[in-house]
Amino acid sequence: MTLIDIKNVKKIYDLGAEKIHALDGVSLKIERGEYIAIMGPSGSGKSTIMNILGCLDTPTSGSYHFEGEEVSRMDDNQLAGIRNEKIGFVFQTFNLLPRISSLQNVELPLIYGGVSLESRRKRASLVLERVGLGDRVNHKPNELSGGQRQRVAVARALANEPSIILADEPTGNLDSKTGEEIMVLFNQIHEAGNTIILVTHEEYIAENANRIIRLHDGLIASDEVVRMHAMN
Amino acid sequence: MGYFDSFLMAVNSLSKQKLRSALTLIGMVIGVASIIGIMTTMEAIQTYMEKSLSVLGSTVFQVQKTPFMNVGPSDRHKYRNRKNIKVEHADAIRARAKKVANVGAEDWSFGKAIGYKQKTTEPVYLVSGATPEWSPNNGYYVDVGRFLTQLDVDYSRFVMVIGIEVVEDLFPFKYPIGETVKFEGRNFEVVGIIEEQGNEMGRSRNNMLVIPLTVYQKIYGKDGSINITISAKSSELLNGAIDEIITIMRAVRKIAPGKDNDFEVFNSESLIGFWNDMSRNLKIGSILISFISLTVAGIGIMNIMMVSVTERTREIGIRKALGARKKHILTQFLIEAVLLSLTGGFIGVIFGVLLGNVAASLMNLSVAIPWFWVVVGLIFCSFVGIASGFWPALKASRLDPIESLRFE
Repeated sequence: MTLIDIKNVKKIYDLGAEKIHALDGVSLKIERGEYIAIMGPSGSGKSTIMNILGCLDTPTSGSYHFEGEEVSRMDDNQLAGIRNEKIGFVFQTFNLLPRISSLQNVELPLIYGGVSLESRRKRASLVLERVGLGDRVNHKPNELSGGQRQRVAVARALANEPSIILADEPTGNLDSKTGEEIMVLFNQIHEAGNTIILVTHEEYIAENANRIIRLHDGLIASDEVVRMHAMN
Repeated sequence: MGYFDSFLMAVNSLSKQKLRSALTLIGMVIGVASIIGIMTTMEAIQTYMEKSLSVLGSTVFQVQKTPFMNVGPSDRHKYRNRKNIKVEHADAIRARAKKVANVGAEDWSFGKAIGYKQKTTEPVYLVSGATPEWSPNNGYYVDVGRFLTQLDVDYSRFVMVIGIEVVEDLFPFKYPIGETVKFEGRNFEVVGIIEEQGNEMGRSRNNMLVIPLTVYQKIYGKDGSINITISAKSSELLNGAIDEIITIMRAVRKIAPGKDNDFEVFNSESLIGFWNDMSRNLKIGSILISFISLTVAGIGIMNIMMVSVTERTREIGIRKALGARKKHILTQFLIEAVLLSLTGGFIGVIFGVLLGNVAASLMNLSVAIPWFWVVVGLIFCSFVGIASGFWPALKASRLDPIESLRFE
C-alpha cells in the first residue's frame, strides 16, 4: 500500500536576488513497511525533502499524497494534526525538552493528540520500556547519556503509533558504538512493522535500510532497493 | 489537549524559572498590595466609623451651628456668621415637637485638667455640659452611681460624672463616688462613672467629664453655640422628626421662607455619608496608583514573556514538530502570563491584607478584608496577564517550526 506519493515536487527559496531550487522536481513513492535511507551531500536538498515529507514545510509546487490525502496545500494547523498523528520525528540533536522527565517528553505528542492523562502515562511508560528505558522514566534528559536520550526521542516518535518514523541523522551526535545500538533499535522497530525514513550521510548507517535514495542538486540521482527485507 | 494540561505545562515552566518568575511578580505584588492595603485600612476605618457613628443610634440626630465635618473647600465665614444655637432652641423643640423622645442640649470643650487633693492631671480631658438626655442620646451610660438629673441642671449643682480613665488617674485606690474633685477652680462632687468604652482609632472615649449644662455655661459663658441632640420616638419617625425639628428651628430662628437653614441637622447616616465623601478621594487616589503600578507590572510581564518566547524558540519548534497547533502554543504562553500575574496578585492580596490590618491595628481597629477589592484586584490581574501575555504568545504561536528547530 502506498504510504507516500510525491509527484514533481519543487521547493524554491526566494532570496530576492536569486532563487534557490532546493528541490527541482522530485517524484517518489514509499510503501508501507519500507526502510529507506535518504543520502546526499549538503545542499543536495536532503533537509528540504525531509521537512516536506515530515509536513513541517510545504512544497512550492507539485503534489504530496500522504495515505491518499493531499497534504501539500494544507494549512499550519492541519499539518500539525498530520505530524501529530502520522509522523514520528527523531532528530540528530535529540530535541528533548530539557526540564521535564523522559516520561513527560514521551507524553508530549499524546498531550497534543488529546489522550487522557491516565492512558498517556500508561502508553508513554510502555514505549519507554520498549526502547529499554523502563528504569529511566523519571530521569531528565541531562541525567541520561546521549544514547539514552536518543532512545527517549525514539520512544517519543513511537508514542502516537505513527505511520512513519522520520529520523534525521539519528546517530550524528553519538559515538559509533552508541550509534550502532540506536541502529539496532531502528532495525527492531522496522521489523515490528514500522515504516522508517533515515536521512544520513554515513554509508554504514544507510546500509541498514533496504532502499537507498541519493539526492543531488535537488534531484533524485539514484533510487535503489538494496534488499527486500532487513536482516540483522 | 485540555486546559488542565496547558495549566500543568505553565506551572512546570514557571517553577523551573523561580528567580525570574519571582522578580517578575514583584511589580504585580506591589501594585496589588498597595490597593488592597489601602482598601483594607479604609474598610477597617469604615467599619469603625459605621459602628461608632451609629452610636448616635438609628433614631438620634443632632442640630448644630456648623457641619460635623467639612468636606472639600468650604467658606467658613458662611457658618461663622450664623446665629448661635441656644438652650432656648432646645426648650422650644422640647415644648413643640411631637415625634421626638429625648431632646438634649450639650456643649463640649477639650483639653481640660482636673484635680483631686494634691494631684492635678494633665490637661487631657474632654468636658461636656449636658442635660439628662445626654446619656441615652450619646449612648454612654453610667455604670456606678447615677447620671445627671434635671434637678442638677435646674439648680446648677456642681456634680460630675466621669469616665473610667479619670477614675484610674485620680482614684487608683479609692471609691470615687462622693469624692470632691477640683475643676476650673471649683469643687465638684463625683456622682457617677460612665461604663468603659472601647478605645478605637487611638481616640479615647473614657476621658469624659460630664457636668450640668447650666454649670458649664457658668464657667465658660452662655455665648457659645450648643449642640442639640434629639431622638425620634421610633426609627420610622426619624425623617418626620427631622422635618419637624427643621420647621421648629426655622420658626424660632425666624428664617424667611425660601432661605437656607442657618443650622445643620445630621444623623449617623449623614455622618457616614460625610465619611464616604472623604474616603472616596483617597480611594480614587489609591486606585490610580495601583493602576499605574499594575500597568508597569504588566509591561514587565510582557517583557519577560518576550524573552521567554525567544529563549524557548527551540522548545516551541519541538512542540510544533510533535503536533502542537497554534492555539496550543498560544494557550500555553497565555496561561503562563496569567498564572504569573495571578500569583503576583494573590501574594499582593495577602501582603495587602496583612499591611492594611497592621495599619488598622495600629489605629486600634478591628480586622477587615475588602473582599470586593480582592476580587477586583484579581480580575484586573488576569486582564493584565492576558493583555501582556497575548502578544508574546501570539508571536510564539506563529513561529515557523523549521526555523525554530534550527534555533540555538
